[in-house]
Amino acid sequence: MGKLMSISRPHRIRKIKGISPPHHKNTEFSKVVKLPLTAVVNIPMKMHSGKPAIPIVNVGQDVKVGQLIGEMGGYVSAPIHSSVSGCVQSINMHDAVTGQDSVSITIASDGLQTMYPDIKPPKVTTLQEFYDAVRDSGTVGLGGAGFPAAPKLAIKNLDELDYILINGAECEPYVTSDTRAMVADYKNVYGGVKLLLEYMKPRKKIYICIEDNKPEAIRVMEEVFADEEKVEVFVLPTSYPQGERKVLVYNVTGRIVPEGARLADVGVIVTNVTTIAVFARYIATGIPLINKIVTVDGSAVRNPQNLLVPIGTPIRELFDFCGGFPDGEPRRIIVGGPMMGYAQPSLDAPIVKTTNCVLACHETDDAALMLTACIKCGRCLTACPMRLMPPNIESAYSIKNYDALKHFKVNMCVECGSCAYVCPAKRPLVQVMQLSKEALWLQK
Amino acid sequence: MQYMDKLTVSVSPHIHDNSSTRRIMIDVLIALVPALVASILIFGWRVALVVAVCVSSCVLFEWLFEKITKRPNTIGDYSACITGTLLAFNLPVTIPLWQAVFGSAIAIILVKQLFGGLGKNFANPAITARIVMFLAFATTMTNWYSPNEGTSLWVYPIDGVAGATPLALMYRTADTAPFAFLRSANVEGLPSIWNMFIGVRGGSLGETSNLALLVGGIYLIIRRVITWHAPLTFIAVVFVLSALLGQNPIYHLFAGGLFLGAIFMATDYVTTPQTNLGRVYFGIGAGLLTVIIRVYGSYPEGVSFAILFMNILTPYINKFTETKPLGGMKV
Repeated sequence: MGKLMSISRPHRIRKIKGISPPHHKNTEFSKVVKLPLTAVVNIPMKMHSGKPAIPIVNVGQDVKVGQLIGEMGGYVSAPIHSSVSGCVQSINMHDAVTGQDSVSITIASDGLQTMYPDIKPPKVTTLQEFYDAVRDSGTVGLGGAGFPAAPKLAIKNLDELDYILINGAECEPYVTSDTRAMVADYKNVYGGVKLLLEYMKPRKKIYICIEDNKPEAIRVMEEVFADEEKVEVFVLPTSYPQGERKVLVYNVTGRIVPEGARLADVGVIVTNVTTIAVFARYIATGIPLINKIVTVDGSAVRNPQNLLVPIGTPIRELFDFCGGFPDGEPRRIIVGGPMMGYAQPSLDAPIVKTTNCVLACHETDDAALMLTACIKCGRCLTACPMRLMPPNIESAYSIKNYDALKHFKVNMCVECGSCAYVCPAKRPLVQVMQLSKEALWLQK
Repeated sequence: MQYMDKLTVSVSPHIHDNSSTRRIMIDVLIALVPALVASILIFGWRVALVVAVCVSSCVLFEWLFEKITKRPNTIGDYSACITGTLLAFNLPVTIPLWQAVFGSAIAIILVKQLFGGLGKNFANPAITARIVMFLAFATTMTNWYSPNEGTSLWVYPIDGVAGATPLALMYRTADTAPFAFLRSANVEGLPSIWNMFIGVRGGSLGETSNLALLVGGIYLIIRRVITWHAPLTFIAVVFVLSALLGQNPIYHLFAGGLFLGAIFMATDYVTTPQTNLGRVYFGIGAGLLTVIIRVYGSYPEGVSFAILFMNILTPYINKFTETKPLGGMKV
């Protein structure tokens, strides 16, 4: 580790420190268990940022595992494949985890999991074929943002690409699905990195970025890439939001991504570690993104563990498999981590491509949430990784001062929740940021 | 869709640290305890009486004002208790109690609530009330008792003599020639440095024990309630500048209300800058003003005026020290 740390620091910068929420990595060593097949899956057509996919199957039609059921709705979009074999039951609007509606395809499983006969590894020999394969795999940014992988990788200035950062920071509390992917699915991670080396040809390095509270993943990745000259494991201190892409770029390369610019403009690409494993698997086997490692945890769950889940499975099934709620109904259900995840009103939401964690907790922190006036303590200013001034944004929003909102750069907020986490007055700052962005957008 | 009864659907983040406004205020109150104990030891039990009167009237005025104006009751955040304690710490032990009640009304109603309550006031309530009382009750507000050394401090009326504060003594006899402090700075009637450090001297009842105030300040820094920036620069500037002006810097540190002001007033969140850089500017400004008022002004004590002045400048310091967003472009 000592050697590792020293060679992993090519420069000296004042790193973004972030905050230190409790880790709760309870499922760090839990092997990935395959979730038994559920009767009905519900696959939304919007599991990525950009345009939703368009259904290309009809009600009553038989589908097989891996069959294309939704085609891309635009350049920034992703195809969607069936995760089960069975019959299309309905194509309806359905609540998504974020609370917005999305067209969803409901498929009744026949329990056979017959593979789609056309599945075969794509031919990849050129850069364009590589991009096409990434696109066809249905891969989106699996760290949570869900930006389609193909347009992310297809940068215009490929000859200026210096670094590719493989994001295995996994800074959200509880979540260990990327950790398990690095430990258990290391072959595909290796395959993904080799593809990036071969076709993207970064001028300097590919860094596998991991926080120092995941020694097992660090060890495995170190071994896997021991002979690769251009690939290095970059151990980062554990802090939140270490895996936020601009934070990661700054803390690893020292480069600052200008407002409104793409990471590629400073010669960097950041991609999640599971993302590269998924398209590597597609290029090796032809199996697209149809299932996902999901961490199931929280104080209300009997057996917290990591599950391999077909996309579209209702979150209820995951909790049932993990022993249900022995101490009664939980108080909170969260899809995603506790810092940026979405609280759910029911257990019906489906697992989507970007889901990496579901939590059921007994404790709500409402008791601790004694809302008071802002006392101007300045803790949020210290916590903000983007160095914004949340109190100023809040007061600008409260008087609808749009010029001030622009001046204080609310558009640069990454909604990581650090400000609200440390706020002693428990101001709902993330909500203010979201509403401010929307207000500015509507005003345009 | 089957909804569940008990689920809380709230905005992220779904976890928060265990800080709260009340917890911060309790920490400040805890940090004030050593100085309170020291003060009772030095000046006798009337200290407890003055503090109790100030705290209870501050809480009462806050409750009354909010009741009358139909605002939510905020006495549970304990900020009024701090204002009351700090105001009492700024008064002489001999203060008539009705004047203490009057000062509490100024602090809570005029300075805090009329500007919108906690978080909205631009000036430190305790400091401003102290200044108002200082101008209104010039005689009782400067009626200092000097505790006698070596006598029992447990009895009231205290076994002391009416006298001036060390700063006032210095003020009368100060040698303003440059670097006079290098010579012996023994002014007649001045207590020893050690006595000033532990607080056995005349002065406002909470300001005298620098040792106890320092203990409280270290507690607040360890608890991360305050940062070192404002207090340290404040004290450092007073030390250096008073030395440059030929005064005895040690006496400037320990003889007045500097520690009370620097540790508990210059760190009040609401009325001081939000950024650490801003806090440094605040400390420098307050230090400069304190020494200038003490050396050239007509009042022996400059700390409260300096802090009030910097309170007024705070919005401008905040404006001046806005953070630069990471990679942010000009609008």
